[in-house]
Amino acid sequence: MSTFVYMTRCDGCGHCVDICPSDIMHIDPKIRRAVNIEPNFCWECYSCVKACPQNAIDARGYADFAPMGHKVRVLREEEKGTISWKITFRNGTEKNFVSPITTKPWGKHIHKVADAEVPDEAAHDSQLLFNEPDYLKIGDNRDAKLINDDGLPSREKDTFKQGVYY
Amino acid sequence: MANHKTVYEDCDILIVGGGMAGTGATFESRYWGRDMNIVCVEKANIDRSGAVAQGLYAINCYMGTRWNENQPEDHVRYARNDLMGMVREDLALDMARHVDSCVHMFEEWGLPLMKNKEGRYQREGKWQIMIHGESYKPIVAEAAKKSASKIYNRVMITHLLKDESKDNRCGGAVGFNMRTGDFHVFRAKATIICAGGASHIFKPRAVGEGMGRTWYAPWSNGSCYALPILLGAKMTQMENRIVLCRFKDGYGPVGAYFLHLKTYTQNTYGEEYESKWYDQTKEMVGDYIDHHPTPTCLRNHAFLEEVKAGRGPIHMVTMEAFQDPHLETIGWENFLGMTVGQAVVWASQDIDPKYQNPELTTSEPYVMGSHATCSGAWVSGPSDLSPKEYFWGYNRMMTVDGVFGAGDTVGGTAHKFSSGSFTEGRLAAKAAVQYIKDMETKPSVTEKQINNFKEEVFKPLENYTVGRNEITAGTVSPSYILPIQGLQRLQKIMDEYCGGITVGYQCNENQLKKGLKDLGILQEDLENIGAEDLHQLMRAWELRHRALVSQCVTEHTLFREETRWPGYYYRSDKMKLDDENWHCLTLSRRDPETGKFTMEKAPLYHIVDEEQKKAG
Repeated sequence: MSTFVYMTRCDGCGHCVDICPSDIMHIDPKIRRAVNIEPNFCWECYSCVKACPQNAIDARGYADFAPMGHKVRVLREEEKGTISWKITFRNGTEKNFVSPITTKPWGKHIHKVADAEVPDEAAHDSQLLFNEPDYLKIGDNRDAKLINDDGLPSREKDTFKQGVYY
Repeated sequence: MANHKTVYEDCDILIVGGGMAGTGATFESRYWGRDMNIVCVEKANIDRSGAVAQGLYAINCYMGTRWNENQPEDHVRYARNDLMGMVREDLALDMARHVDSCVHMFEEWGLPLMKNKEGRYQREGKWQIMIHGESYKPIVAEAAKKSASKIYNRVMITHLLKDESKDNRCGGAVGFNMRTGDFHVFRAKATIICAGGASHIFKPRAVGEGMGRTWYAPWSNGSCYALPILLGAKMTQMENRIVLCRFKDGYGPVGAYFLHLKTYTQNTYGEEYESKWYDQTKEMVGDYIDHHPTPTCLRNHAFLEEVKAGRGPIHMVTMEAFQDPHLETIGWENFLGMTVGQAVVWASQDIDPKYQNPELTTSEPYVMGSHATCSGAWVSGPSDLSPKEYFWGYNRMMTVDGVFGAGDTVGGTAHKFSSGSFTEGRLAAKAAVQYIKDMETKPSVTEKQINNFKEEVFKPLENYTVGRNEITAGTVSPSYILPIQGLQRLQKIMDEYCGGITVGYQCNENQLKKGLKDLGILQEDLENIGAEDLHQLMRAWELRHRALVSQCVTEHTLFREETRWPGYYYRSDKMKLDDENWHCLTLSRRDPETGKFTMEKAPLYHIVDEEQKKAG
């Protein structure tokens, strides 16, 4: 499908222009509303549909293989942490789905690494990344010989082989 | 050029592209480079950019060592097997040993990961875990926004800068802002390329309005390869394009269907067909057909042969699984979470998989480094895992100093997917910080170099303005071609001469040579590409990057004289897999002065032994 915009609902706010990954939602200077300027570069990702505060954007299946008369509508609610879908078939069949989009208040539990303790030189010289090895939770099934001094899985270089052998 | 302002930014670390790899790189850069100027530049808006823009329903790379599910070595064996032996095992193991910590962070950040009755992540398959990932991208974008000194949205990077004080070193990048028309110069000590792989270099099956319904995002235009190629960095395995077996028209994902819903394929007469092609495939590839699981390309091969034999279309048998309402919900939500278009196709065509088995198809080829394929830049591995041929100082640094890569950019690390790309971004970032700490003299970039690029970047606008005055109206000009016209020429060349859909993924030496000739002429014509506005200027540069990637892919395909991955492409003049001569990696380098490619072989090391028994 490609997206299109309903004339009476769009107020030209430009949220879709800001978000479209393909840069195909633009504000038409004459009608001062959004328009899909390049439907053949639309991936039907629904980013614009989800972002539209007026529910003014919808999609119509690509003309080259999708018959008319269907609908896939979406409502993404960040505060509730859910996304709801309604699928309507050409023959009228309806299907509804609701899924979570986050388990935490939006953005609150994302690490701000600038505030984390400053890593020392030994950490810089190691192969460890932020919060490792703790966050790896390596488990107890790994051969201790294959864990290096930093607590990270590794291999002995003299076991490497070149060419076909497996 | 006077009407395009030049904006300078002096950065320590420049991250080109804010997808999964780019957000990982931005995040980790800040942890190690606490007082550095870290800048992330994105062509779109990082809240919804890259391949994960519309979400994902699974994380396809998770070891689960905490529950003793897999070890990183098992993943190397899996990726190696799937790629017919050809992966950079040092890079693959390095990614696999770190990936779980990223996934554990995602959970802490609020990404809904499904759990089973024991409280473990719900497995879809051996490596995949199921998620409600509609907001996967906005969540990781938030982590990048908290870490970056500055994020530039809607700036497309067109070229990397050459350091003029030291040979073979990068000094940052340039590009333009597609809203303001400003020319942006990012002078950087280290540059991490995290741009996307390449869709739309081969003619897609969908035409007209549906052209954008490619499997990989249409905005992934191969900048991750074109930028380093232009600077003279070496690339590896660029012949290893991928063809996907997916639901017809929408290219909806099949992973959850096969692995979790336990659906299966059959030909139009309701017969199992893969086993029929065993002997024929064995003739071509030998023991590789006996490996378990069957490599993706070989399953494609059986599909293609069955259709050629006149027993298509191939269907996915969904009618059994979809009688279970829980599985039916998963089947639909799988699409809504990552390929809404497939739900639209089924709604429009009245296909309810509960009552009808949907059709499958094979896609046009794509070039990328993160899925069941491993094209990309030739980079150094980590010091503790890499043989000497694979190691030159800094993890994930290319053969040009100061340019690092992650995600689709990096060649040799197949099956990293979203989580592995984010991981690789983190690895590259840590190494880039170290590189800067060790740096003795800063790169230097002259105004001359900057001004030359500025002129080149905006030339398509100039071409259009001048040429447009010659004609009354319309799209036909004797003086310029438009980006869409050039793109369609490129796709036709690649399709017909480099193994696209219309020729059944076949190519031979003479076809490839003809393809290279036509691509050379296309490159000349692209000097005359015309862009009507800043949006079309973006399309013009996307095309120029795609054309360069296509040349590289064709050179590699010509170089590897065997058919290593039947089902992805066939060298019809060398139809057998040839381990004696080609159990090696291919490398290319384009000379930035002459534009000529040189090819070489690189040794293939196996650093992980074989533990899994071949299926008999």
